[in-house]
Amino acid sequence: MSKTITIDGKTIPFEDGQTIMDAAMAADVYIPHLCHQPEFTPHGSCKLCTVNVNGRNCSACTFPAMDGQDVLSETKELIDDRKKITQMLFVEGNHFCPSCEKTGNCQLQAVAYHLNMLDNHFPLFYPDRNVDASHAEVMIDHNRCIFCALCVRASQQTDGKNVFALSGRGIHKHLIVNAESGLLKDTDVDVNDQAVHICPTGAILVKRTGYQVPIGERIYDHQQIDQVSLAASGSRPVATLPPSLAVGKEHPKHGK
Amino acid sequence: MYEHLETAENRDSLKRVVVDPVSRVEGHGKVTLLLDADNKVQQARLHIVEFRGFERFIQGRPYWELPVLVQRLCGICPVSHHLAAAKAIDQLVGIDPENLPASADKLRRLLHFGQVLQSHALHFFHLSSPDLLFGFESDISKRSIVAVLSEYPEIGVQGVKLRKYGQEVIRMVSGKRIHGTGAIAGGMNKSLTKAERDYLLEDIDQMITWAAGSVALIKKVHCSNLPYYDEFATIRTNYLGLTKPDGALELYHGGIRAKNEHGEIIMDQVDYCQYNDYIHEEVRSWTYMKFPYLLSLGQENGWYRVGPLARVNNCDYIDTPLAEAARVEFKAHSGEAMVHSTLAFHWTRLIEILHCAESIKQLLNDPDIMGHDLVAQGEKRYEGVGVIEAPRGTLFHHYQVDENDIVTKANLIVSTTSNNMAMNESVRQVAAEYLSGRELTEPLLNNLEVAIRAYDPCLSCATHAVGKMPLQLELVDVDGKLIDKLVKHSDGQIEREHG
Repeated sequence: MSKTITIDGKTIPFEDGQTIMDAAMAADVYIPHLCHQPEFTPHGSCKLCTVNVNGRNCSACTFPAMDGQDVLSETKELIDDRKKITQMLFVEGNHFCPSCEKTGNCQLQAVAYHLNMLDNHFPLFYPDRNVDASHAEVMIDHNRCIFCALCVRASQQTDGKNVFALSGRGIHKHLIVNAESGLLKDTDVDVNDQAVHICPTGAILVKRTGYQVPIGERIYDHQQIDQVSLAASGSRPVATLPPSLAVGKEHPKHGK
Repeated sequence: MYEHLETAENRDSLKRVVVDPVSRVEGHGKVTLLLDADNKVQQARLHIVEFRGFERFIQGRPYWELPVLVQRLCGICPVSHHLAAAKAIDQLVGIDPENLPASADKLRRLLHFGQVLQSHALHFFHLSSPDLLFGFESDISKRSIVAVLSEYPEIGVQGVKLRKYGQEVIRMVSGKRIHGTGAIAGGMNKSLTKAERDYLLEDIDQMITWAAGSVALIKKVHCSNLPYYDEFATIRTNYLGLTKPDGALELYHGGIRAKNEHGEIIMDQVDYCQYNDYIHEEVRSWTYMKFPYLLSLGQENGWYRVGPLARVNNCDYIDTPLAEAARVEFKAHSGEAMVHSTLAFHWTRLIEILHCAESIKQLLNDPDIMGHDLVAQGEKRYEGVGVIEAPRGTLFHHYQVDENDIVTKANLIVSTTSNNMAMNESVRQVAAEYLSGRELTEPLLNNLEVAIRAYDPCLSCATHAVGKMPLQLELVDVDGKLIDKLVKHSDGQIEREHG
């Protein structure tokens, strides 16, 4: 008989070596996350996937699944904590969704909608961060970096390069690039690198492509992040998208 | 004309009356009057008390953000800012208007007609019709769209639905009614599907009928009290706007034409990219809004009006039949080459609504709006100027970028800015001709707002409120002692407080 854990009372099988997140994804159970992608070494930094395992909080993306674990995820307390973490991510940077080209395709925004985050709650930091547009095809807008290190891992583990790194600690943490000048143009980054396309927010962008996908055809226009995330993990097919614009006199769901 | 009322000499000895904020306009502004002991107006000014700073904070952003970023200037005419910025960034990717793919050009025009239609409908029906239907000094409880809906339900509902239709055009083209996307550098990000096109075609004939009805309504209102409507807040000015090369009314793209008060051409078909050689802006200490003027005529005489009245005055004809017939009738009513009546802004606004509705129908029947050739690209440039006829008048966007695609400099001349001097003059005209020497009451002061409202100013290009905005009027005597105070609360209640 295979080994199992329970998540919010639902029995879920797992194989040795899987984390709680791996097991959950395989079983179509969504646990919110931002810094995790199954193909990379777990980072455990965003803490959105915090679950309660046998009475103790831990990150689902790094904690190994073990037979008989009783995991709680969708409790009021954990949902509130996730919302607070997301609010902190928003106030710590400069995230202006209304004019951001990533809107509708942004995981940070989508998680915030999923968690029903309706305000920032905390005062905005308004940090003074710069834009590195020095590279001909790729741009970094540091205002939107949440330090998930996905670009760092993608550059190392997929692209076989070492373009990005996180430097500093705590509130001084920041994304750096591998060039003496500190500028992206002096690195060996290429627009086709996976690192350029993996950013969950609008921090790393391909230049001159913003707003080309019309409202109605963006990733989260018709599906919440839990559906998209599970579909992307390959465990179930993507739901058929409704027409790009729901034509009708009723008030259809708008883009974000 | 009334410039002598801009700055009084013995200001410290005068009573000060303030209308703050001016209501049923977009944004925040106030009017101050200085009165002498006999209640004679010695000074009248319209102040714009907000500061937005868009020109500064878009510096440092990549240029492709501009159409989406700057449209946040306004919730009423975001499409105009969106398209003016798009026209400017087209040039940054080497595309001049004539090189834009036909589908993209027509989709942008469709978007813009929807925008002008909804903005004009909002202004006429929601904001101004209470003044025009109930009278400028009517009871305050009637001065809102709610009273229009209860006493003239047919007119009110048509207004709401006309606006809704314009918003639906915008939603089909740009994805959202307000602050969508759509225009990108060198083109558009989507065309219409057949379903979307058919959905808009369903109601268009009804909209044309209602728009024609609204023109008949304003004509009746205007002509039923002709001398008053022709004289109230009226000033004789120059006019500026875009026209097609053959002189036809144009809202999306054309050359700059300016005429003087006699209808003589000051300039014609000027390439708007050279606007800086023809138009300068003056700053005055008491308002955040600048004063543009035509360089050739100088600061004193070079100011001009923009918007529907300017466009209809400036053009030789309108290229849709019903609107053209309405224009001919409009011009004939005054018998002059140029119509200077400030309240005629309303009439011309509704002629434009009709033109928009007719043009939308033409475009919806054009297969190009469902085409798939949507984007063109050329050689990168470092400077772009986009000019468009926004609902409120000629709108200039001018950007410079560096080699990394980052905006280094921006200049915006927003439509309402061009009417700054004219609005001040109209306020002074009303103050001098209708208020001076009378005991001021709240209904009387509404006359000042009616004059400003005719221009449909977008004082901030951002916020707006309908009807019951809080208002406080203070009457201060020569010694600075408060002798009378009227307070209008946000619930519409008016209270008199004695100082």
